[in-house]
Amino acid sequence: MRALCWHGKADIRCDTVPDPRIEEPRDAIIKVTSCAICGSDLHLYDGFMPGMEQGDILGHEAMGEVVEVGREVTNLKVGERVVIPFTIFCGECEQCRRGNFSVCERSNRNKDLADKVFGHTTAGLFGYTHLTGGYAGGQAEYLRVPFADRTHIKVPGGLGDEQLLFLSDIFPTGWQAAVQCDLQPTDTVAIWGCGPVGQMAIRSTVLLGAKRVIAIDTVPERLAMAQAGGAVTIDFMQESVVERLNDLTQGKGPEKCIDAVGMEAHATATLDSIYDRAKQALMLETDRAHVLREMIHVCRPAGVLSVPGVYGGLLDKFPFGVLMNKGLTVRTGQTHVNRWTDDLLRRIEEGQIDPSFVITHKVRLEDGPAMYKTFRDKEDGCIKVVLKP
Amino acid sequence: MAYRYHRSSPWYDADPSTRALAQGLGWFSVGLGLAELLAPRPLGRWLGLEEHAGLIRAYGARELAAGIGILTRGDPTPWLWARVAGDALDLATLATGIGDDNPQRGNVGIALAAVAGVTALDVMCAQALAVGRSEPPTPIRDYSDRRGFPRPPEAMRGAARDFAVPQDMRIPEALRPYPTA
Repeated sequence: MRALCWHGKADIRCDTVPDPRIEEPRDAIIKVTSCAICGSDLHLYDGFMPGMEQGDILGHEAMGEVVEVGREVTNLKVGERVVIPFTIFCGECEQCRRGNFSVCERSNRNKDLADKVFGHTTAGLFGYTHLTGGYAGGQAEYLRVPFADRTHIKVPGGLGDEQLLFLSDIFPTGWQAAVQCDLQPTDTVAIWGCGPVGQMAIRSTVLLGAKRVIAIDTVPERLAMAQAGGAVTIDFMQESVVERLNDLTQGKGPEKCIDAVGMEAHATATLDSIYDRAKQALMLETDRAHVLREMIHVCRPAGVLSVPGVYGGLLDKFPFGVLMNKGLTVRTGQTHVNRWTDDLLRRIEEGQIDPSFVITHKVRLEDGPAMYKTFRDKEDGCIKVVLKP
Repeated sequence: MAYRYHRSSPWYDADPSTRALAQGLGWFSVGLGLAELLAPRPLGRWLGLEEHAGLIRAYGARELAAGIGILTRGDPTPWLWARVAGDALDLATLATGIGDDNPQRGNVGIALAAVAGVTALDVMCAQALAVGRSEPPTPIRDYSDRRGFPRPPEAMRGAARDFAVPQDMRIPEALRPYPTA
């Protein structure tokens, strides 16, 4: 089959690789009908995430049709249409029973490695480093799904792939980012980053009823899309984020802040980002923490910081004293996708939201390598790429 | 605030190669500035200008400021011209060390050639940014209709208030709701 494979920094190729096969009784194989490039794939593309190996198949946003099931998978049939969540989960361990699927205790087959790095393992993820299991990803013609009896979302036939695909990651990720803010009708929410997760977080925040949403970015197309979704926008290259947020909140700061940027904050927009970039180049730091610093500084005391943005390792100059003294609550984590998808699927079916609004590019799988660059460089108005194997 | 659907700043109007050159010059300025700030004496010794260590440190601060200006401002053009002015100062200072009485005059010659080369790049980049693109600017894609909702956002606000936030994702009771204006 053909698949997008990682060969090093900024080196992704559409290779021919062996077809996946059933390895465990709870496996299934799906024929991928649509998949997408995620912003967090760019951390792999840019070489910021450790634990990748030559030839690893990328991709953790995929959907398709079941073509084969293992003998213990009794709730899926060949021909059924499924979206595959990016977090692989067993559904049986203590964490899964609590709904904390992204920290499933059993699905990471490289648990020993994860235990050493994280202290305790987190869930296996598709196409996202050997630290999270080294599972082949979904930017391919076929995908092996471990623990498939739980790791799937059955979807109806009446809706198009584009409306459903983002149940795999970015829609529930934006939703969880908003949910863990525990929004009140009086809240002002500031969202850093108007990429795909930021866009979903904006819509989720509006639906959940916050008083006002403020979105921060500098790419005109992304700001326009954020504005279309109901956000007041701030271009961080044109104005001071802190001053504007304080102006918009009578000097008190937003009650809730969402970091939809993560470890690769704009490298040259601020002094601290330049400092971080220089330290990254010298291998003295892994992540650029500008957004976290700014959120901690501007958030209203006793507010909430929600961090769906992906971080990889070590931060420097982190104002923990400010965080502590302001009594901020910090909520983080990979998304517990299936905890939200029944509800979100219902909202899509009822027409409350159509997540396909975010798609700007639809291309063939073999055009994927070029689209990684276009997406990374934010060229051609690129916000979300869907690949058709 | 409505967003323009074509880019009109010197930065966006410039060719990608000009933008890359400006970024490169910005990082070069930061690197050279740090070297001059942190190691003015070894640099002065290498040039035979040990007595100018204080001046080299001041030049380092100037380089660093210009580099940060280029990298962080929406329009780096004034900062590139500031670099050109700084290059002139560097050339004038280096020229004082080219005399026969300086045993390190060979190194000064190397430095003069390097600064002259970088000055040419600075001028070229600043001029290219001032002129802008020869072809019309790339129109920005219009996503102003990409709301994702069936009705305007104001009409959708709170449509999901039927959702019950799980107990483990609620913030402490004492912290909500905020009394707000």
